[in-house]
Formats: sequence, C-alpha cells, structure tokens
Amino acid sequence: MPRIFAYIGHKDSVIDDSAAELIVAATKIDPSAAPVALVCGCGAELDGACNSLRDSFAEVWKINHDALAYPNAELIRKALLAVVPAGSVVLITHDHFGIDLAPGFSIKLNGAFISDVLDLEPKASGLRVARQEFGGQVSAHMEIDISSGAVISIRPGAFKAPANPPVNGVVVDKGASVGSLAAGRRYLQTVVAESGDVDITKHAILVSIGRGIQDKDNVGIAQELADTLGAAVSCSRPVVDAKWLEKSRQVGSSGKTVRPKVYLACGISGAFQHLAGLKGNPFIIAINKNPKAPIFQVADVGIVDDLLEFIPELTNRVREMHTVSAK
Amino acid sequence: MEILVCARRVPDTSENEITLNSAGTDIERDELVYSINEPDNYAVEEALQIVARVGGSVTVVTVGGEDDEEILRREMAMGATHGILLSDTAFEGSDARGIATILKGIVRKSHYDLILTGVQAEAGGAQVGGMLAAMLDYPFASLVNSIEVLEVKKLKVSREIEGGNREINEIDLPCVLSIQTGINEPRYVGMRGIRAVASVAIPNYGAGDLGVDTSRVGAKAAKVKRVDYFVPTLGKGAEMLDGSREENIEKVIELMAAKGGLK
Repeated sequence: MPRIFAYIGHKDSVIDDSAAELIVAATKIDPSAAPVALVCGCGAELDGACNSLRDSFAEVWKINHDALAYPNAELIRKALLAVVPAGSVVLITHDHFGIDLAPGFSIKLNGAFISDVLDLEPKASGLRVARQEFGGQVSAHMEIDISSGAVISIRPGAFKAPANPPVNGVVVDKGASVGSLAAGRRYLQTVVAESGDVDITKHAILVSIGRGIQDKDNVGIAQELADTLGAAVSCSRPVVDAKWLEKSRQVGSSGKTVRPKVYLACGISGAFQHLAGLKGNPFIIAINKNPKAPIFQVADVGIVDDLLEFIPELTNRVREMHTVSAK
Repeated sequence: MEILVCARRVPDTSENEITLNSAGTDIERDELVYSINEPDNYAVEEALQIVARVGGSVTVVTVGGEDDEEILRREMAMGATHGILLSDTAFEGSDARGIATILKGIVRKSHYDLILTGVQAEAGGAQVGGMLAAMLDYPFASLVNSIEVLEVKKLKVSREIEGGNREINEIDLPCVLSIQTGINEPRYVGMRGIRAVASVAIPNYGAGDLGVDTSRVGAKAAKVKRVDYFVPTLGKGAEMLDGSREENIEKVIELMAAKGGLK
C-alpha cells in the first residue's frame, strides 16, 4: 500500500472539522494506515494548528513558509510537491479550497484523481469509491488505479469520525525542502457576505424554495405563506442564480447556515451543498413533484404534489384557521 | 482578449428525472433531453460580456461527437465567434485527465488569453479546469463569481468561498478560470438565432490535428473508470403523505404546530 497523507486546512490555529474524517477515509483505504498530516502555513498560527493535530495524527508534517500565511492553492501545490513522495495517496477535503488545489495537484503528482468521494474500499486494481452524480439523483461506483499515486477529495461529513484517545503524535519540520514560492495568482482580500433585508438564521420556520418554484413571479406565493406563518422565505442556489432572491436568502455551504425548527422544502431537489447549510436537526417537510428527488431521502415528511397549487391552498387553510381562532 | 470556453453537452436535470436502466449499468438514456451544462453557459455569457467590454473573440470548444455540435451552435447563436468540435475514436472513454489532455491540444494549437470552464458538469467532478491549468502551467482559480479586466495581462477575480463570502484575487494572463453559476444572467437564445448559425461549418479536430498522444487519452489511459450506477439511500427516508391534498395540508399544519410552535 502507498503512503497515505491528509492535507489539513486551518484558520487562526483551529483545524478544519474534516481532519478527523480524513483519518477515517485513510483507514478505509488501508486499515493499518497511519496517515500523515500535511499542514502548510506560517509562524505561531501554524504551530498552534500542528500542536492540535498531534492529538489525532501520529505524524504531522509542518511546512512553514512566509508565502503560505494565506492558503493560496498554487503556492501550496508547489510546497506539497516538494515534500510528498511520488506514488503517495493524498486526501483533501472537497470544499472551495480542495476544488482549487486537488485537480492540478494530481496532475503534478502524476497520480489519479477522484473528487467528492462518499465511501471507499480497497480493490486488487486500486480503490473502489462511491460518489454522487446529477446532484444526488443517482450515485456511481468508480474504480481508481492508484499505482502511480492518487489525490482523493472527500465530501465533508461523509465519513463519521469516532472520538479517539489522543495519540500524542510528532511534528516533523519539512519547511527546509521548500524553496522560494511564487504564483500567478495573488490573494488580495476576503469580502464578507452582506447580511440582507431578512435574517433567515433567526426564524423557527423557513419556507424554502428551489428550482421548482419555476419563475420569479411565483416567489410571491412562498412569501404569502411565510407571512401567514410568521416565517421567512429562504431558498436554494438556483433561485439566487436566477436572481429571484438575494444571496442572503440562500441556505447551503456557499450561503447561510440555518437552524430552524421546521424547514418546508418546496421544489428543492436536496443537493448536498444545500443540505450542508441545514443544522440543528430541523423537522423537514418536503414538497416536490418528482417522487425521486433526493430531498425525500433526508426529509421527515414528504409530499409529491405541484407546489404552485399546494402552497396557496396551504396558505388559505392557515388563514382560515387564524380567522376561526380570532372569533 | 481571445477567450476559449470549454463546454459540455449533458442530460438536463431540470427537464429529466434521472433514473437507472434495468441493468443498473447506466442511467436510462432513452428520451433524455440534453442541453449545455449550465455552468458552461454562464462561462460563455461571461466571455461574451468581457469581449463586449475589451474586444476580442469567444471560441467554444467541446470534446465529443456529432450530437454535441448542437451546444456549439446554441452558444454561437448566443454570440460566440467560433465553435470547435474535438472528436476522435481515440478520445472515447477518456477520464477527466484525458479530456484535459485533449483540451490542452487545442490551447497549444491556437492562442488564447483566457480559458473558461463551468465549475462542474453532471458528474460533479469539478476537475477538468484545474487539471488543464496544471498541464499548461497557467494560473487557475475555481468557483469564480466575478471577473474584472485590470490591464492587458491581469484580471481581478472573485471566488465563492464558505458562507457566501468572496475571496478576491489578482491573476496573471493567460489563465484558466472555472465559472460558478449566478455570475451573470445568460442571455436568451431564440429559434431565430439558432437558425442563423445552423449552416455555419464547425471545424472538427482529431488527435492528429491536435498533436495529442493517443496513448494518453481514451478508455485505456483512464485511471478512473465507472463501474456502475446505483440509487443511494441516505438517511431513513421521508414518511410520504399519500392522502388527498386537503388531508396533506391538514397534516402539514399539525406538524408545523407540533414541531415549529406554529400557533
């Protein structure tokens, strides 16, 4: 079996939540694997991250370099190539940084690449992995030839990590192998998302709409229901892409993280990037005209219906009940 | 600015339910409606908007067969200057690395300042753009949601990162960018526009034309192969309400009251 590495991101010395999940993925490839953490950064911030990784990794490779204070994928790729031996398997979290780093890194490492992996197992020919296609409507098994190494990006949350006792690992300084670093892309600044007119993180009930709402003119029926319920309207990515609602209304990994009590998912297919923004185990009621929509796999209650008819009727019924109770 | 957009024809998930064939070896492809991969369409629109500001041309390229010409024509109807089909039996069964290798051939054959791809296609790989950039030794940025042309050899791009935040970078040309949906509002393409480009000849380049080593592309070179498709079971699955609409509405109200404090 090749040597297995896990690239670990960190910020302000706090390591990514997914670090422990990469260890689980590594042991699925090789049960006897002791994956090595690869950590890039600069100064005390990096030392702090490496120190916390000693609890979960037997070996932590620290790459300290002035140019790596901000994680620029091109610079990190160059730094990793200076220390990772040919033929290695490198695991990376499939997030905005993994998408930036991993494909090009696999080319330079001359290894195979597979992204957004949900499960994996060893095979005589290499690895067999499970991943989703078509926004989660179907999944596929893929076989990967890892004979010349591989870069594998892992979906956050797919590999549940148990709480293990600390291993008290060692930190190995690898910075000396990295020479001067320069990139054709330079980080300037991070612009924080605008808060928007309605704070969807503050509502107990969210009426959330997806592509199934079909048209900007139909957003009003969701708003009417929300008004009647004392709820807010949130949405999935396609609604923002189509400019039907502001970005501040989007639930998901590239939008807001919300913790409602009830989530009314209307015409939302249920892609994982969307579900990643739903925390606190809300009660999910899904309405979708496609009985095979992935949202029905994670919802508590599902209704196959035309939401353009269902929502107005639901609104009317709630209004009737208010009128009755007011009398 | 000379811009190349790499595009792909895919089953349109807004028009189709994707199901398995009876053998579980593939998705059911009979009667599927195909269209251009949605992020690729945003990439073409972005290219058109850049060229409208600073001049230049937009070339749309795809790797595939005759059927795939329709998306090239669609994007030409949108305003793209050229369409190019990269087609060769040796290309069949290529994995993402193979596709990037073929695309490298067209980049080397001509001169482009900027290469755009959609962030991902139907398989969600999000990989060809990053691979192509590494093969060319060009800088790369993924998940790009705005582009500003700074000067002749430089762009300012914004990337979509967590929580709706944006990471702003300066990037040297030539470079490869993978474009996120929502970056712009792609223009509508009418039948008239499609008809206007219906008879435009689309050049077709094979491995020989592109200088592509056929041992590095196609099914034999692929390090990644699909074994089968299956339907995932995540979680326990929803309790499906199968009453009349009125009954379902009553139940939903009851649940919202019990679980969400609806009064």
